[in-house]
Formats: sequence, C-alpha cells, structure tokens
Amino acid sequence: MPNKKDYTNGLPDPSQLKEEMLAKYPRKVAKKRSKAMVINDPEQNQEIAANIRTIPGIITQRGCTYAGCKGVVLGPTRDIINLVHGPIGCSFYAWLTRRNQTRVPEGGDNFIPYSFSTDMQDENIVFGGEKKLKEAIREAFEIFNPSSIGIFSTCPVGLIGDDVHSVARDMKAELGINIFGFSCEGYRGVSQSAGHHIANNGVFKNVVGNNDRPRKGKFQVNLLGEYNIGGDAFEIEALFEEVGVELLSTFSGNSTIESMEYSHTADLNMVMCHRSINYIAEMMEEKYGIPWFKVNFIGAESTAKSLRKMADYFGDKELSAKVEEVIAREMLKVKAVADVVKPKTEGKLAMMFVGGSRAHHYQDLFTELGVKTVSAGYEFAHRDDYEGREVIPSIKIDADTRNIEDLVVEKDENLFRDDLVEKKAKLEESGYEFKDYKGMMPDMQKNSLVIDDVNHWETEKLIEFYKPDVFCAGIKEKYVVQKYGVPLKQLHSYDYGGPYAAFGGAINFYNEMERMLGTKIWKLVDAPWKLEPEIVGSVTVDA
Amino acid sequence: MFELNSVPKAKENYKATQNACKLCSPLGASVAFKGFKGCVPLIHGSQGCATYIRRYLISHYKEPIDIASSNFTEDATIFGGDENFKMAVLNIINQYKPEIIGIASTCLSETIGDDVSLFVHHFLDKHPDVKTDFVMASTPSYQGTHIDGFHEAVSSVVKRYAQKGLSQDHVNLFPGFVSTEDLRLLKEIMADFSLEHIMMPDYSESLDNPVWDTYHRIPEGGTAKEDVVKSGSAKASIEFGTILNKGKLSGRVKSNKLSRTGAQFLKNEMDVPLVNMPMPIGITQTDAFFEELKTLSGNDIPEKYTKQRGRLIDAYVDAHKYTFGKRAVVYGEEDFVVAMAAFLDEIGIELALVATGGESGMLEAEIKKYCPENKDKVVVREGYDFESIREWSLENKPDILIGHSKGYYIARELNIPIVRVGFPVHDRVGGQRIKHLGYSGTQELFDKVVNALIEQKQSNSPVGYKYM
Repeated sequence: MPNKKDYTNGLPDPSQLKEEMLAKYPRKVAKKRSKAMVINDPEQNQEIAANIRTIPGIITQRGCTYAGCKGVVLGPTRDIINLVHGPIGCSFYAWLTRRNQTRVPEGGDNFIPYSFSTDMQDENIVFGGEKKLKEAIREAFEIFNPSSIGIFSTCPVGLIGDDVHSVARDMKAELGINIFGFSCEGYRGVSQSAGHHIANNGVFKNVVGNNDRPRKGKFQVNLLGEYNIGGDAFEIEALFEEVGVELLSTFSGNSTIESMEYSHTADLNMVMCHRSINYIAEMMEEKYGIPWFKVNFIGAESTAKSLRKMADYFGDKELSAKVEEVIAREMLKVKAVADVVKPKTEGKLAMMFVGGSRAHHYQDLFTELGVKTVSAGYEFAHRDDYEGREVIPSIKIDADTRNIEDLVVEKDENLFRDDLVEKKAKLEESGYEFKDYKGMMPDMQKNSLVIDDVNHWETEKLIEFYKPDVFCAGIKEKYVVQKYGVPLKQLHSYDYGGPYAAFGGAINFYNEMERMLGTKIWKLVDAPWKLEPEIVGSVTVDA
Repeated sequence: MFELNSVPKAKENYKATQNACKLCSPLGASVAFKGFKGCVPLIHGSQGCATYIRRYLISHYKEPIDIASSNFTEDATIFGGDENFKMAVLNIINQYKPEIIGIASTCLSETIGDDVSLFVHHFLDKHPDVKTDFVMASTPSYQGTHIDGFHEAVSSVVKRYAQKGLSQDHVNLFPGFVSTEDLRLLKEIMADFSLEHIMMPDYSESLDNPVWDTYHRIPEGGTAKEDVVKSGSAKASIEFGTILNKGKLSGRVKSNKLSRTGAQFLKNEMDVPLVNMPMPIGITQTDAFFEELKTLSGNDIPEKYTKQRGRLIDAYVDAHKYTFGKRAVVYGEEDFVVAMAAFLDEIGIELALVATGGESGMLEAEIKKYCPENKDKVVVREGYDFESIREWSLENKPDILIGHSKGYYIARELNIPIVRVGFPVHDRVGGQRIKHLGYSGTQELFDKVVNALIEQKQSNSPVGYKYM
C-alpha cells in the first residue's frame, strides 16, 4: 500500500504531475491533452476540453456510439427486442454486461437476457444485409411476438449502405408493430455520448407520445437517466411510491417502451444522468411544456435534497409533510451506520473516473464519509457536465457533433401544458431553479485535478502522485489499479454489489467502503523474507 | 429478475443469432498477440472494438489488458485510416516501447479496404529509427469466430519471424486457445521430458500476473521473437486442434494447399514435420500426446506422469457409477469441444448434444472420430447459438452442461449443474486458472464433473446423505 499523504491543509498543487504526464506525449498530443486537464479552482470559470476525439493509440476507456445507444440507453428496457445488425462481436459484448435489473410483472415481456444479432457474414457484407435483417425481424416477431423492435447499426452497416430506417418502415407496415432503426455505427461520434444522443432522438421520434393515457396520479413524474444498475432504480421507486408520487416512466432503468409511450403526460421530468438523457428532457419541454430539473439520488443528503425539491415543485403540503417524514426516518438509519463507518474512513482519499455523471454524483457519497476526492473526470461527458449548463452556448459545434441529427421539435398544440409553463415561471421568480446542472468542477476542491477521458498512462501517474485509498472506475481499469496496491471500486457494474442509490443504497455504500478501505490484504503483498524496507510499499513503473 | 419467456416454437435454421456461442475474430487475435513477448495489440477500427474486447477479456483474466485502438471517426471511415493508424502507432511506441505491435483489423477497416501493410511502410519511411516490429492479422469479424482470429494472429507472427534452418533438437508447440494454467502445465511437461520447446503463443504469464511491486506497462512473459525465428529449424511442431481454422467460413484462404496455421506454414515452407492432434484431454488423447513426446525426446515418460495417469484411471474406476449414462450438453469452440467430448465419451457420459457457434463443417466427423462410444447417438450442431441449445435442452432434458459461463442461464432454468470450462468464465473467480489438459487437468475436470453430479443428487435428495 503506498504511503499516505497528509492533505489536511488542502490539496497540493498538481502542476508538476500534469507536466510529467504531458512530457510523454508527442507535442501535438500534449497540447491537446493539456486542455483536458484542469487544476481546479472553484472560484474561477475554468474551461476544460471535453467531448473531443480520443487520441489514437492511447488506451482510452471510452466506448463507441453503438455502446451508448444500444448498451446504455435502450439496453435496460425490457419489452423491446434490440436487434443488432452487424457481425457477431458487437451484440455479444453488449449481452447483459451492464447489470441492469428489471422487474417483470406476471406474464410481461422481458428480452433483456437475450442478445439478438443478424450475425453478418462475408456474403452479407458483399451483397448487402437488408434481406437478412428483414428475415431476422420476421423471425423475432414470429418467435417472441414483441410490441416493438429496435434495430442497431454497427460499423459495416453504414459503409455497405444498408438502410435500416427503410427496412424498419417496411417491416413496421408488414408486421403492424413499432419498429425503428438507429444509425449508431461505432465510428459516428467521439464516444458513447454520440450514441446517447442518437438513442434520445430515436426514442423521442418513435416512442414518446404514442399513447395519451389519462392521468392516474395526483403528481406524475418521469425519472430520466437512471439505468437501474444493481437495483438503484428500485430504491428510488420505493421512495416515490411511499410519498405518493406516480412515476410514469424511467429512462430507462426498470422500464418498458409501453411506459415511455405515455411519459409525455407527466408534470415534471427529473434528470439524474444529465449527459445521457438531457436531450429528451429538453425536447419534452419544447413539445409538451414539461419542465425539468437535475436531481441526484446518490448520497443520502443529495437524496433528501432531491426529494424536497420535487415536493417544493408540486407545492403540496401533504406531499411535503410526507417527504419530510420519510427523510427524517431514513436519515436516522443512515446516520446510525455513518457514525460507525465515518471515523474509519475520515481523511481518506478517493479518485473517480467514470461515466458522464457518476464521477460527480459519487463525490457526494464520499463526502458523507469524510473521504476527499483528489482527482476526478468523466469518460465521455461534455463541457457542460464539468462547467455547468451556462457554457452550452459557447461550446463549439464541431464536425463530430454536427454528424448527429439535432431534432427540430415543435410545440404540440393539443397537449402543451401552459399550466406547467406558468407554474415554472412563478417558481423561478422565487429563486427555484430549472435546467440547473452546475457541473462537477464548482463542487470540487481547489487544486483537485480534473481530467477528461483519462487514459492508462495518466492513471498510473495519478496513483503514484496521490496514492489514493480508493480508485473508482470500471472493470477495464480495475486490475491495473489493483496491481498498484490500490483497491478499485467499480462504479459501472458496482462489483456485483449495490444498490447504492437513495438512503438504503447509501448505507450499502458506507458498509462497502468500510470493508474496502479497511482491508488488510495489501499487508500480505510483501513476503516476510523480503527484507529491503525501502522497497516495501513503494510502487514504481518500469520504462 | 431474468426469467425467460416461454419456450419458443422449435425451428431449425434460424436466420438471426440469439445469444451467440462464439465471439469475434479480433478478440482471438488479441489473446494470441498477448502471448508474444513485448507485444502490444492494436485493433485497427473504431474504439468500441478495443474497449469491448478489453472489457470482455479482463472479465475473464482479471488482469490489466492493454489493447490499443486507432479510434476511427467518421472522416477516417471515409478517407481511410492511415492518419489514425500512424498516430496510434506513434503513441503506442512512446508509451510502451513495444518490441512488436500486433495489428488486428476489424470489419470496419476491412470493409473500407484499408491496406495496413502500406500504412506500415509509410510510417517506417517517415520514422526510419523506429525499432518496433509490425505484425498484421486480417480479422474481420464477419469471417469465422474468435478462434479464426487466434490462429490468424499466431500464423502471422510465425510467418513474420520464422527462419528455415538445419533441424535442431527443439520442438514447436502450438497449444491453441487454452487457459493460462494449461500453458504452465505444458511447459512443465516439456521440461520434465527435457524437451526444449517454443510455445506459440505463450500468455501464461502475460495474462495471469502475480501481484507486482513494480508496475509493468507491458506484462512480462510471452514467447520472444528470437525464439519464433528458431521455430523454422525445429525438429517438429505439435499442434493441438484438428479443425483449427480450416472450416468453410474461416478466413479468406479457401485453398487447402495454402498454409492456414503457423504449424502448417512451418511444414509447408520450412519442412518442419507436423504432428497434429486433438487437445490432450482425457486418457486417450493425453496418451497420444505423451507418446509423441516420448518419441520426440527419446526419453521415457517420467514416473510423475505414469502415476498421474494411474491415479486418474483409479478415479475413473471409483466414480464411474456417478457418470455412467448421464447425458451432457457440451458447447464452445470446435477444437475444445472435440477434446472435451472425447474425455466425456471415455468416462461413460452420453453426449446428448455437442454444439458450437463455429461453422467449419468438420465438427461432426471429428466428434465421431474421437468419441467411439457415442458416435452413433451423438447430436452435433454447428452454427448453434445459446437459444438453440436452450430450446434443444428444454426438450431433451440433459443431466449436465459443460462449457463456459454463457450457458449458465440454461442450467439455471433446467435446474441442472453446469461445469464451467474454457472461455469465457466471468461469473466465477479463477476462470483463467482452470486446468483442462494432461492427466492432471483431466483429473481436475473429472472431479468437477462427478462432484457436480453428486451435488445435484444430494441437493435434490429428501435425505441429504452425507456419504456417497
């Protein structure tokens, strides 16, 4: 285990670390990477380079457009057959790998355990794959009788000119169910983020608004950007249910296409993962007048804050009272665990490089344990996720972003909620904020190092410099980091643990961190016959 | 939570693949490249390929696995990947100082027709002082499976380095896609026979590292290129696998006169005699392997192994009543299932279904050849996916599944045991350390299979006997 540094008087200036990291790169690359590393100063409006192309040959943790579209956004929805059009690999690798959970009602459809592929072969590449795609759709329909089928294009599809959208139209007419295609070829964007946008567009165009279901609850909401990894959504759903808020649809943890079809009848959209889903929130506001704000159910305090904000929005005394009652009750349980765990974790150091919002959200949980976040960054976020939404107008639209269709959304004259617009205006007057994502950087300490799209080389340097007590990332980084004697907590798949959302999840996470940060395993690393004390516990890197 | 829909109507010859029983070609190539010293794999395509493949391999090997990508974007796709390739290579060299960059192509780069060897020439023209070697494997995932990628990468390394020479005392060993523990076992066996050998590939260290006090950017281990050079002057090559990448859908090389694997290349071009045999799982196949080692080394079979063999037979005898007549479904890569089936055939297990995602057109003949007891009743299926296996199993009610983690859901649904073997095993620890080969590997497999059957019986018995 690396020696621990004392950061009680604030974080050290990492300028030299940054220089060291850049020294290894060719000049042009160094210039580019330099802009993606910011020594944080929450007082300043600092700019970070994000959502720009990955540098070839650098081991990135980023995935592709297809991964964002099929894997992230549509993957957790259980009643749609996600048919991957392409050679076999892409479908295989996205088969249940994100650990999204779902609760299937008796007799309900659940296609999540399946991975469907057209398994293109040589002759399909040469002569085109549309015929095989059509046959695969007919087959899926015949065997599973789904209500909708999504077609996901992988790299070769765009190149050989298969038109998945026209196939979708033809087959929709032929079979009479909802069928739609996504042009989410892996090369389309700089990361999975492009795939999120493409998925948002597709779902908004083809699903949202298909069913104007009459109201069922007094308060109707949607939760956007919660993917139910390890059962997170179940924790949040239970809270909504208890306080009497009707959750129409989640995009897309524990969700159905059926519920997305009437999601436009909600009074409010709450956004968890801003990066992956803000497009739908924006489009629903433009078309139906449904306001949205950012929430965070990771961390007990953040959960309480988000619940209160929701109650304030509805301005209903009974609801507010119920929310306060639940918070008071749950916080007692949370505090009881925190009181035991925090003395053991206080002052420890964490780093997290994950996702488009998790690297921010999980800092709240660590703060509750007295753990300092010394360095953090996203894999595929944009500048607004770091600096806040106010920078959106100043973000340069590059060729990669222009690649992705920006849907033109028009007001739906029949369904537009003028009452909600009015409500929003009134609340705003009293200082209530909508569309309010302030980004990660203002929440981080001075001198913490913010790095976008961190790669292997930089990860190694970071560990040497900070000697963190825990590193949060995913399975690709896990064994690299652990070879350094630093435990890694997976925040993509939760190391088969979880849930970590809401109050119950916070307790799980505290307990997990108590174990992880207190593990004695690293003491065994150095064998007793190894006598050189200057080597014990030190970690270096060859060449 | 993952309850499945009711059984779909039985239907042969699906067009689509549901829950595939194969992986893609660049994955196999990446594993093989990891088995050569100082080699960093580079997947020439969009970054998702490298990310997904790393993600997948890491979940099995539980080790750092660095695979670079040339990170195609839309313009690289339109104008060709030359610029991205050069940038990628330069960055890999700066960070890793690799001896070899092993390049695997993808469906993307192959479809647009990137000429990677031309890119390498361009690169070396500009950077004449670069010491790194380049090895290229053509691995579009619409041709064959991960096994084709594996053999393609191994043969590309051999073709790049092997030099013809006067026959010497060492032998080449082409183990195929086996576990890191299997590779270590093979090395031990060769050492015990005092046979100098060159194993291609050898990822026994690089994909299964100890804890480090110095971080290795490129993990230690792997067969050195200097050794591959000598493979051309070996006394013989032993190659495990009788199907390899010979199948009708495998690779571009359709002519059987051309060399497909490294061992065949050494035979055809450098006159290195080739001994081709199934992977040594089970007594019969391991005997054949040891006989061969005996001949090649001129040494008797060490007592260690005759004792291992004796103990294994003793175990077969002791436990045959638990295995005899049990019906198994075996699935996975073709050569692996041939060897696994041969072993099961030997211990009296009925091969109910032998299935693979590969489509060599050769599996049935090979199974019949190596499984004399079962040859008349075994059902062999190529191009099968897990839904077909599931459907078949629901109808035919086997007693046990033998294969990798992906079949777990079928075992769960049928409430029958699954013995995890091969690749990928990502729902258990130690998947990379499963030993399959030789007498000792067979012993471990045998104990696992028997104990799985006993446990099933014990758990479902109203009495719960504590003695067998």
